[in-house]
Amino acid sequence: MNLFWIPLLPLLGTLVPLLSYRFGRTATAALTALLPALSLLLVVQAIPAIFAGEALTWQAEWIPQIGLNLAFHLDGLGLLFSLLILGIGLLVILYARYYLSESDHMGRFYSYLILFMTAMLGVVLSNNLLQLWFFWELTSISSFLLISFWSHKSDARKGARMALTVTGAGGLALLGGLILMGQTVGSYDLRTVLASGDVLRESAVYPIIIVLFLLGAFTKSAQFPFHFWLPHAMAAPTPVSAYLHSATMVKAGVFLLARFYPVLADTDLWFVIVSMVGLATLLLGAYTALFKHDLKGLLAYSTISHLGLITLLFGLDTELAAIAAVFHIINHAVFKASLFMAAGIIDHESGSRDMRQLNGLWKYMPYTATLAMVAAASMAGVPLLNGFLSKEMLFAETLHQATLGSLSWLIPLLATIGGALAVAYSLRFIHDVFFNGEPINLPRTPHEPPRYMRVPVEILVVLCLLVGIVPDFAVGDLLNAAASAVLHKPLPDFSLAVWHGFNGPLLMSLLAVAGGITLYYNRRHLFAFQGQFTDFDAKIEFEKGIQWTTEKAAVIHRWLDNASLQRYVFLLVVFALVVAGWPLLQLEGAAGSRPQLPVNGVALVAAGILIVGTLATVMFSHLRLLALIMISIVGLIVAVAFAYFSAPDLALTQLSVEVATIILFLLALYFLPQKTPLRDSSPRRIVRDLSISSLVGAVIGTLCYAMLTRPLNSISEFFIANSKTGGGGTNVVNVILVDFRGFDTLGEITVLAIAGLGIYKLLAGMRLYVPAADSDGRPWAKDKNPMMLALVSQSLLPLALLVSAYIFLRGHNMPGGGFIAGLITAIALIQQYIAHGVAWMKVRLNFPYHGLIAIGLLLATFSGLGSWLFERPFLTTWFDYFSLPWVGKFELASAMVFDLGVYFTVIGATLLILANLGQLTTSERPLPGGK
Amino acid sequence: METIYAICVGIMTAGGVFLVLRGYTFAVVLGLTLLSYAVNLFLFASGRLVVNGAAILGESEVYADPLPQALVLTAIVIGFAMTAFALILALRARADLGNDQVDGDND
Repeated sequence: MNLFWIPLLPLLGTLVPLLSYRFGRTATAALTALLPALSLLLVVQAIPAIFAGEALTWQAEWIPQIGLNLAFHLDGLGLLFSLLILGIGLLVILYARYYLSESDHMGRFYSYLILFMTAMLGVVLSNNLLQLWFFWELTSISSFLLISFWSHKSDARKGARMALTVTGAGGLALLGGLILMGQTVGSYDLRTVLASGDVLRESAVYPIIIVLFLLGAFTKSAQFPFHFWLPHAMAAPTPVSAYLHSATMVKAGVFLLARFYPVLADTDLWFVIVSMVGLATLLLGAYTALFKHDLKGLLAYSTISHLGLITLLFGLDTELAAIAAVFHIINHAVFKASLFMAAGIIDHESGSRDMRQLNGLWKYMPYTATLAMVAAASMAGVPLLNGFLSKEMLFAETLHQATLGSLSWLIPLLATIGGALAVAYSLRFIHDVFFNGEPINLPRTPHEPPRYMRVPVEILVVLCLLVGIVPDFAVGDLLNAAASAVLHKPLPDFSLAVWHGFNGPLLMSLLAVAGGITLYYNRRHLFAFQGQFTDFDAKIEFEKGIQWTTEKAAVIHRWLDNASLQRYVFLLVVFALVVAGWPLLQLEGAAGSRPQLPVNGVALVAAGILIVGTLATVMFSHLRLLALIMISIVGLIVAVAFAYFSAPDLALTQLSVEVATIILFLLALYFLPQKTPLRDSSPRRIVRDLSISSLVGAVIGTLCYAMLTRPLNSISEFFIANSKTGGGGTNVVNVILVDFRGFDTLGEITVLAIAGLGIYKLLAGMRLYVPAADSDGRPWAKDKNPMMLALVSQSLLPLALLVSAYIFLRGHNMPGGGFIAGLITAIALIQQYIAHGVAWMKVRLNFPYHGLIAIGLLLATFSGLGSWLFERPFLTTWFDYFSLPWVGKFELASAMVFDLGVYFTVIGATLLILANLGQLTTSERPLPGGK
Repeated sequence: METIYAICVGIMTAGGVFLVLRGYTFAVVLGLTLLSYAVNLFLFASGRLVVNGAAILGESEVYADPLPQALVLTAIVIGFAMTAFALILALRARADLGNDQVDGDND
């Protein structure tokens, strides 16, 4: 059997209710139950092996580099939880069929429920720390969806949000803990981690791991002081409360304590934190439960209290305590799920959950009442019921405690008080609801629920009795298997017998029962005492906290984001200045050891022109056409610089891009004001900007100088050595572009294509004012396209195309290639547009440029995919030499196809931008409104 | 020579930053163009300055570093696309908002 089917079947099952809810509610429930039932069968099938001491494992590698595998492991503890999750899950499916009303979306409900089931199975079966965490978070998310299922209720929304915030924050802490754990051990494999207890306990980060880990476990299991979310999660439909918030999800925290017990426990830090938090939760929960008038509220606080009890057991420094903890996990799940279901039935059939209204229901629903009373008695710890057994074990373990030194006698005393409170609130649940006079103002006359709604309660109550009367027969093997998985060593002797003779624990139990009865009998005084305190509503406090955070966030947001681009740019520049400037302050002297090249007169003149051009661009930026001419000078000098410093490819590219850029600017200028006011900003602003930009220039210049004067240690040796042998070309730059780093280039031409398409869309719906005159009021010339230019450029076109073909073909070995050839072709075509006008070109070249982009991208991609045919990685290149008569020896390389793709994309993008913008300046422009 | 190169890069950066901080879209796009020249030259400088050493195998003794050249080549083309996009965005803003201020208002 494959272990992964156990969580996978329910995962597939999330789709079933969504597909089947149209076929009626019974059919939906039945179909939904099918896959979890199969999964349960698989678990049951594994029982003999687990009981024999084996464990099942399944693993598939996912991202092994970061230790992430898909791995499942089924041992005793996993088995126990899987049985609870699937078993109670199936009962809840049946129960929910009757609980939900016609108006609830049953498909959605069941889908969330099964999603939760998958997540929970994932938590208990995961054999990898990160995977465990993933499923852990999934339980929080599915719990959020389930609590907020009745999303029209404000309580449900707020409760769900609080639960998600608390458990989600805990989940982050847990992630930190798990990562630290994995890093300390050196593996994320759960088995490896569980075998490295000594490494973990002795590492320096152990306290941090413990705190983060326990934050995760305690938030999930609603331990003090994070318990407040659980009562508010009761806004969920009752089947959810029974399943998630008592039987399973809140057990995930204590599951974690059990799972990591062998590696993290056994230190004083663990015992003190875990036992004290557990004890505090036990008492606080039990005390608060007594005063709740809402049935579900009482059960919620009782759940908190019992979770505290389990935590306390894990914090007691004995092996028997850990066994008792596992035992109580089973018992609590069984009796609390049945109690929640009973509470749901009462709510459903009487219309209220308020114990001040609910009285004397025994007369109306004796059968349900009996079931609820048995379960409540188990919760109280009455003999012959399962709750009694684990509580006895707790009492026994508290008796030999030394965690608190000479104050350790407090632990058994406080445990007994907790027991007495449990008896009192259980008594209240029984007496207030089923006896104590007549119902008061119930919306409905109560009656027994539909037959099958009771079945899940019956099954669970029978289990309570079975475990309570013949414990060893009922759960002996399961408990042994689970406990040995927790302890990771042979179990000490222990007996599950009901009667151990008259001893300390029994005395404590008797005291607890007597105390509980006394407490309940005197409840009037207690309620009066409690009435003096104002209720602390966690929801309101939490909402205040949320609102405070949102407001503060909004203040910061408003401060940062005031919708001014100038401000953003300013902040960005200042930030960059600080980041780039700071290290320079640490640098001793800008000049490095590399000798400088000699200066020559031509270079000086060129630098002078460049500087003047730059300054003129800035100074005349309000006279826009002049600024444009100035900036084109700068661009030309940049191209010359590239050529001078041994970069012919760059010079060619810069030169052709320069032409395209200036044409673009000229076209844009047609639609923009030709001049702007000289003083476009306040003098203060100008001084500020001048200072900041001078500083940035100084920093960047210094940085550049420091870099230039330091020796180079480049990886380019590799490219130079392998360009010819590996890529089949002598122009190393081109070989890098189309071969070594072809994947980068593919990304870059994709960006180019996206920019082109984006511009096309921006232009499409634009309603531009087309000026009839320039800024001085002179009307634009109405002349036809000048004949000289038309003739010359027309005859130049074939030549230009020939040049571009030549540049393209020689690109692999000499300066050139797809980028440059593409730009040359594009400019040659643009020249025709300029010389002849759009209308003339439309007749002759009616080709959608998007198509050209698509062809280019597809060519480049397919030349990469082609290597898959030869079972090589993406974009592996191939080349070889051939010879033909007359032509002689020549080379063919697959990189040529890729370069052809680059060529087409560049042409397509450039023309898409320029031709479309150019078209807007003519009568050919599309009219607003798409006419 | 390196000193002059660095001064040029510094001045172009300063000019670019100053223009980018202006309030009119045209100046901002001009500034972006200047900045992209400066950035390209800066990146190119990471391969150091070599004269008469184009990275064409068999053409010279010492080769210039081809890697920054390849990076800058694509950067030039993408820089063009970016400038074009910013410029068209400016046109669109003018069309939709009725002015050519970067913050969309006239003060």
